[in-house]
Parts: sequence; structure tokens; C-alpha cells
Amino acid sequence: MTVRLTKDLRSPATGEPSPATGKDAVPAQPTDAPATGAVPAASGEAGEVRGRAARGGDELVRVTDLTKLFPVRRGTLVRRSTGAVRAVDGVGFAIDRGTTLGLVGESGSGKSTTGRLISRLLEPTSGSVVFDGRDISHLSTRELRPMRRDIQMIFQDPYSSLNPRHTIGAIVAAPLRIQKQTPRGGIRARVRELLELVGLNPEHYNRYPNEFSGGQRQRIGIARALATRPKLIIADEPVSALDVSIRAQIINLLDGLRTEFGLTYLFIAHDLSMVRHISDRVAVMYLGQIIELADRTDLFSGALHPYTHALLSAVPIPDPTSHHRRERIRLRDEVPSPLNPPVACRFHPRCWKAQEICRTEAPPLRERAPGHQVACHFPEKRDVV
Amino acid sequence: MARFILGRLIGGIVILWLVSVLAFVLFFVVPKALGNNPAVLFAGRSPDPATIAGVTKKLGLDRSYVDQYWDFLRGVFVGRHFDSGSNRSWCPAPCLGYSFRNDQPVWSEIVDALPVTASLSIGAAVLFLVVGVSTGVFSAVRRGGLFDRIAAAVSLAGVSLPVYFTGLLLLLLVSYKWHIIDNVHYVDFTHNPALWAWNLIPAWLVLSLLYTANYQRLTRASMIETLGEDYVRTARAKGLRERTVIGKHALRPALTPIVTIFGLDLGVLFGGAILTEHTFGFRGLGAISIDAVNTQDLPVTMGVTLFAAFFIILANVLVDVTYAFIDPRVRPS
Amino acid sequence: MTDPTHTAATASSGTPFLQVRDLTVSFHTDDGVVHAVDKLSFSVERGRTLGIVGESGSGKSVTSLAVMGLHRRGRRVSIAGEIRLDGEDLVTAPAERVRGLRGRRMAMIFQDPLSSMHPQFTVGDQIVEAYRVHNRVSKAAARRRATELLDLVGIPEPARRLDDYPHQFSGGMRQRAMIAMAVSCNPELLIADEPTTALDVTVQAQILDLMRELQKEFNSAIIIITHELGVVAEISHDILVMYAGQAMEYGGVEEVFASAEHPYTWGLLQSITRLDRQLETTLRTIPGSPPSLINVPPGCPFHPRCTYRERAGSATSTTRPPLAETSPGHLVACHLPVAERRRLLREEVIPTL
Repeated sequence: MTVRLTKDLRSPATGEPSPATGKDAVPAQPTDAPATGAVPAASGEAGEVRGRAARGGDELVRVTDLTKLFPVRRGTLVRRSTGAVRAVDGVGFAIDRGTTLGLVGESGSGKSTTGRLISRLLEPTSGSVVFDGRDISHLSTRELRPMRRDIQMIFQDPYSSLNPRHTIGAIVAAPLRIQKQTPRGGIRARVRELLELVGLNPEHYNRYPNEFSGGQRQRIGIARALATRPKLIIADEPVSALDVSIRAQIINLLDGLRTEFGLTYLFIAHDLSMVRHISDRVAVMYLGQIIELADRTDLFSGALHPYTHALLSAVPIPDPTSHHRRERIRLRDEVPSPLNPPVACRFHPRCWKAQEICRTEAPPLRERAPGHQVACHFPEKRDVV
Repeated sequence: MARFILGRLIGGIVILWLVSVLAFVLFFVVPKALGNNPAVLFAGRSPDPATIAGVTKKLGLDRSYVDQYWDFLRGVFVGRHFDSGSNRSWCPAPCLGYSFRNDQPVWSEIVDALPVTASLSIGAAVLFLVVGVSTGVFSAVRRGGLFDRIAAAVSLAGVSLPVYFTGLLLLLLVSYKWHIIDNVHYVDFTHNPALWAWNLIPAWLVLSLLYTANYQRLTRASMIETLGEDYVRTARAKGLRERTVIGKHALRPALTPIVTIFGLDLGVLFGGAILTEHTFGFRGLGAISIDAVNTQDLPVTMGVTLFAAFFIILANVLVDVTYAFIDPRVRPS
Repeated sequence: MTDPTHTAATASSGTPFLQVRDLTVSFHTDDGVVHAVDKLSFSVERGRTLGIVGESGSGKSVTSLAVMGLHRRGRRVSIAGEIRLDGEDLVTAPAERVRGLRGRRMAMIFQDPLSSMHPQFTVGDQIVEAYRVHNRVSKAAARRRATELLDLVGIPEPARRLDDYPHQFSGGMRQRAMIAMAVSCNPELLIADEPTTALDVTVQAQILDLMRELQKEFNSAIIIITHELGVVAEISHDILVMYAGQAMEYGGVEEVFASAEHPYTWGLLQSITRLDRQLETTLRTIPGSPPSLINVPPGCPFHPRCTYRERAGSATSTTRPPLAETSPGHLVACHLPVAERRRLLREEVIPTL
């Protein structure tokens, strides 16, 4: 179920590679020109430009047939395996340098597990993760250490992800110390620079996390993630624990940092409007599998999978007049247990379009339009927003 | 649920077996390896080599450790012979051997002492559980109030004062000063239940004082935690009376950790409340084990150890089962 | 749903089932006095839904707990003002009287249905208990009622699921069960505190539908507390925007979403990402973060973060602006002159939404 992103993907309008390609494909360097600097403000084309750019660049991450099983054990004296949760089941995609892939899905979709597999906080059961040309799927802890500086994570909960007994200076410097990196000018200067970069007062170096608000803590987490000048940042629900007025600040910060340092993001979230804002491409997961993968504009205005339609239709729109106009798709029941997922198409028990073939044959993730892949026997374009 | 209980029971038996191996090694293998021949201990003061040889043969100490342990196990389940060459004696089923000191069967020594220990432990346990939990709940509900602060002070005193101090003080008062109970001694329950209880009251008080304090604190902490839970707020939102909110919705989950500790404490108490028994001159398991240790009476020491282990393990199994009963989330589905 | 033009102030023409006037709730802590709710007024009629929006520490949850009488009054909590439920003041009523109303005439559902249901009692027992506190019926009758309720909220095989424990339910089913428990005595007021925050988006949509249906059936007054403007737009008739324990803006939901007049409301509307709008490169933000409720800024509590404070004059940092009517049924607490607010809305805010 490999997804091919880089080859033969041309702008459908011209059949030519996007002109933005060459510029955006430059590898990450702080001095680089902003990757998305030329994007016109507040327009649907912004997505087009980014989306095309995404396909022209070179790959930083390629995930192939990635699978993670969590065995379920039972028994009092002798613990034996009685089955497995198929948390991630045959996931494949690639992320180009300098772009953002949004990973959306509901609870049990395996989106967080996918993030942890790519950052190698977890080891895949099968399949591979190729990072920067190197297969890191089964590297040992020791072999992983140098690689960790290139892949950093930002977590959801800014309260539990910072050690309350360490000063923020120590927290931000920790990745440098672990990697035994001494930046020019010393660790302290680098940490101050990082704090300033994420919008914190560098004088607060010696303060403790409890002296900061949720939004500021998330900034600390971001500064820590940036310390080793990573190539890839995996952000797992980075704003969902924050107040509405703070979310936008953090999203803008992440956006700005990407432009400034040519970072690549894997942005995991359940908030579709947030994902739409920040991503170049979006993958929708359901019960451990990717069911749709497309450029954001294609996904949000021309989704093909019924589950994506249902998901989009369920997002509340902050416009009281909208629900008279909007098409309402309501799914039956809830996501089934990943311990015992439905056979063939996993979505079929909740799908209003399901037919016999959906119960007998799993639909492969196939390209239906340039760069737009969907795993459905009966894909159909539908505007639900 | 039956499978779950069975599983826990089998687990308990395995652990008991491991304890018996450990005890055997500790009491019979290690002393000999260190040059202390158990036979010498048994044979009495300055024995001649012939006596030692006889004892060695009788106790089977000349055989391999594995055989000795096997004999021991056989004795427990089907009984065994002791044969010193000159005379042969049969030790019936739950045979834990004979005391080195007075040649009595260890089993009968334990059986004689058990009612004393059981009376003492169960009585004290009921007392400290009821008083400890109820004062703990009250303290938690009126946190920071006068009762809470007094209870905290009494609690502190309870855990700090040693049993031989409070016990002797109480004896002095009730027996010698006020003559409420003259000459505190153990009276068998079947003999005279009233007198049994009357004589045990001071010991119950002393023993439970120690534990009440612990249970009071534990209940208080546990209750404060559950009182802050969302489901307690939900119970109030339903319009339930405060009595129901506290006594049902908050107390039940708060009791979970208390059941765990209580099971273990009761198991330990059944192994003998050594200081309390000693202070009041009761001959329970605690007193027997102290005597056995002092006189290096290995079979009795080992018997009492196994007995205590049995109760602690049993209590543990009961705790697990009770736990599953109280909290549906730990029940096997 | 009733007449959509019916808004907050015109609600006074009817008789609001719940009327809150100058509600003030303070907590006395070791660090100082927390002014959680400060002189808050609003009302809800039967058959209508009020959405209370605000960030953490805005006082929205404290308000709902105060209405339910769930703050344990004493040395640490003080409550002033009026909370009138069908005319009866709950602030001065004896605690036992309020307890009798709780669960019967007013009920509440909470954010996290897993932690809000008792883990050691079956779902059925918990519903039966809620019903029997206020109704003298046999256990068997209450069980029948509980089965009906589970069926009503859309739980399949209700009779069998009655004997399940909450942990055996899925998240959405638990919230349905929680709703079943809350509506067991047909309450006339239902308060939902972030009822869908812990749920997946497709399940959230189901739960909001359910609440709408129940309201149609029982004609109850609903207060929904949320930080999500989308949820308010979807389900409410009226909206109350809270900040630092105070009301910033209050009015009919269509009026407020179309022509909000408070800079804080603008900020909220501008900073959210929306699926129904074209993409922007940068999101607009509200600078800074919400204040500590121990040191609420004097004057307008929002002024330190307000982009337009210069235009509002010096009063903004000294005098608290009154919540005043700007158009029928639309109330705003802001020092900016009305004409200026409307000009800003038209020229600077609407183009960015």
C-alpha cells in the first residue's frame, strides 16, 4: 500500500512540473528562502501552490506498509497472548522536505501510533520507515541516538510533557546535552536564542514550568524540539489542550518556524479545520488504515471517501445560518474496536453506500486523480462543507 | 469469576509451596552448612555421640536434603514415621514434626495457640476497622475542622506509643489500680464467652489503637481523593442526600485500598501479635514463636512460619477476590 | 425550535425559567480571593438554548455549578446575587430545598462521561437511583423507566445494557447514558458543561442532535457551556460570551455571529480556523493570555489584550463597562462608542472573517 508522491506528479492543469518546485525543494537550512513566502494571502490558491510544491520536492520520510500490533495478554499465572490490537495496519505515505502532512482521524484510528512509529518511540511490527534515505525501522536504541536529533516531537499536553523540577533552560538544553552537541557560543546562548525564537523572554531561563501558562509551556516544548535543528517535527495534537485564543498563536508560530527553517511536519490532529490550515497534504485514517490521502484543497473540497464526507460534515461551523444549507451526514454508532476490526472494508458497517463487495473485499488505496488516493469501492466527489 | 478465583487459589498454593522450600532451606540446610547440627540442638545438653547419631537417624538428617524435604511434605499431607532405630513413632497427618524442646507435636502446639491469636486478632480487627474507617470518613468530610485536628493528634499518639507501654499502662489501671479485671488471662470462648470477651478487652484496645490510627489516616486520605472525583459531583447533581453521596458514592471506592491493607494486616496478625500477647501473657502463636526462636526449636519455628505464611497468602487471595467484587473494572470479562 | 428572531432581551417579555442577576462567586484561597464570576446576568426560557462561551478561567463552569447549587458554601466560597428558577431564588433558599430541585427540575451533564459516572455501579443502577430520589416508585418501575430512557437516548438493546458498567460503554454511549440519567425526572432546565469536548467529532454531531431532539420533546431550557464557537452556532438560540468571570457580549446567536460588537468576540471569531472560509496564510490572534482571576485587570478586564483600547479612552482601565443594549436583544460591555464599534466591525473585522 505504498503511496507514490514524487514521481510523475504534475500539475493537472498544465501537465508540467510546478514552477515553485525548484525553489521549495532546497534542503532545510536556516538561511534558506522562505518555502512558502510567495504564497498569496487568504486565497484558495495558497493551497494549490503548497500542494504542488509538495510533490516536486524530494522525500524526507517514506513509510511503507507500516504495521504495529499490540498483543493483548490474558491469564493470571501464565500470561498468554490472546490476540492483538492492529493499531496501525499497512500504512504507507511519504512526506517531502519542507512540507506538512496532516494526519487526521478519530480515536482508535492509529494516528498517534503512526507518529510514534516514525519517531521510533515504538518499533514497527512490520513495514518500513525510511528517513532521509536510511531505513530506521529496526535500529537499536544506540543506533537511533544520532538520528533522534533529526526527528523531534511536540506533544499534546504541555503540563505533563515538561519535567516540573527542571528549569526551562535545562529542559530546552536537554536534547543538546543528550546529543553531546555544543553549538557555537555555548549551550546557554543557544537556549536563549531558542526561547526568543518561540516568543518567550530569554531572561526566564531559570524559571520552572509551573510559572508559565499553557500556551507558554507549549512554546517551551517547541523550543526544546527545535534545539537540535531537526529536519522533521512530529506534532501530536499540539494545540488541542490550549485555549481558543492561544491555539492561533501556536499555529502561527509553527507555521513561521517551518518557513524560517524549512522544517518538515507531520501534524497529527483531530481538528479538521486546523489540519486544513497547516497542511499541504492530508491523510485520513480509520481503524489503523489510511482511507484517503490528498492535497488539502482536493481533500477539503473534493473528498472522495464516505468516511471523509461524514467527518467533514460533522465539523460544527461557527455560522448559525450554515446548518440550514449544509448537508448533514450522520454516521451510525461509533468506531469499532481495533481489537476486532470489521473484515474487508473496515468502514462498511457504518457506511450508507456499502454493498456486497465492501463486505468481502478490502478496497486498496488507489490513485483516483493526480495525487489523490482513496480506499473505497465507490468513491464519489461530494462537497459537504 | 470462578476461573479468576481458582487462578488466584492456585497462585496462592504455588507461593505457599515456595515459602515451604525457603523455610526448609533456612531452617535445615543453612544451619548445617554453617556447622550447627540440628541433631545436637535436639539431643539436649552435652549429649554423647550415640545419642546424636540416634537423633540424626530419627530426624532423617543423614539423608539427602531432597529426601528430607520430601519426608517433610509427606508428613504434612499423609503423616510420617520417626525412627531412631530403638523406637519408632507415627506422626499423623498434618505432621510438622516434634518440638525439640518438649517433644510435643508441633501441630498440636499451633492448634492450641490458634484460638488465642484468632480471638485477639479478629476482635482487634473489628474494632480498628470500625473506629478507624468511621473517624477517617468524618475527618475527610469535615476536613480542617476541630474533629479532624483532634483525630490527627490522637492518630499520631496512636502510632508513636509502643504496645508494651500502652499495654502495661492499661494493665496497671484496670488490674491493679481500679480492679476492674483482676488477673487478665485468656479464657476459652467455649468455656465462658462473657469472661472471654471481658479478659480480652484490654488487649483489643491496645492492639487496635496501633492500627486505628493507620486506618483513620488511610481512610481520610482515600475519602478526600474520592470526594473530589467527578462522579461524586454527579451524585450531588442528581439531588442525592449528602448521606448517600458520602456513604455510598464516595465511601465505596475509598474502601478499595483499605480492603487491600486490611487483608494483609489481618494475615500478619494471625501470624501472632507478638508484643501484645507477651504483654498480656497470652499464649498465642506469637508467644510460641518467640519461645521457639529463643530455644532454637527449629520444627516449631518452621511450623509457625509456614502457618503465618499460609494466613498472609490466604488473606491476599481473599483481598484479590474482594477487590474484584468491589470494583467491576478489575473483573475478568 | 422557536422563532429565530427571538433574542436575549426580548426573552424578558416571556417568563424566563432561569433568571440570573448579578451573580458573583468568589473563592477564598491561600493565594487570595479568586473572583470567578463577577456580577453576571442572563436568562433562559423553556424550549430555548443558551450557549455560554469562554476560555478556561472565564467562569462559565463556575456559573453552572452555582446554578445547580453545587458549590459547597462556607468559609471558602461566597455567592451573591440572584438565581431564580421559575421565580424562586436559589441563592437564599435552604440547601435542602435546592437539593430537592437538583435532578428534578434542573439537571446537569458533564464533560467527561467516563469520570462522571460511578465506576462501581451499573449504568442501570445509576439511572434508577437518579429517578428514585425524586419519585416514590418501586425498584422494578424505576428499572422500566431506566430502560425507556436508554432507549430514548438511542442506546441499542437497552434492557441488556442496563446491567453493564460504564467502562463497558463506548465514549458516545456513556454520554448518552449520562444524558438519560440527567433527563430521568424530566427536568425543565438542563445544563451541559462541555458535553462533547471529550468525544470524537462524528459522535459529537450525534450527541448535539440528541440534545436538540430531547429539547423538542420536553420543551426544556438548555444551557450549553463550551469553548467551541462552532458548537454554539450549531445548537444555541442565544449566546453569552464570558471573559474573566464577566459577560462581554450577550444576544441572539445569529445577531452575535453576524454583527458582534465586542473586540473579544471579534478576536475569538478571527482566531479560529474554519472549514467554511478560504484559507489564510496567518491566523489572526488575540495577543497575551487570559488573566489570573486573583488579579483581574481593573476597568474592562479585556483591556490589556484589546487592540482598540486606545480608542476607548482612559475609562477602559479604570471603570468596568456596563453590559448595555446596543440593539434590541443584543448587549455589549465595551467602552468603545457604539458608532465606532460598528464602523470597526464593518471595516476591519468582517473583511477578515
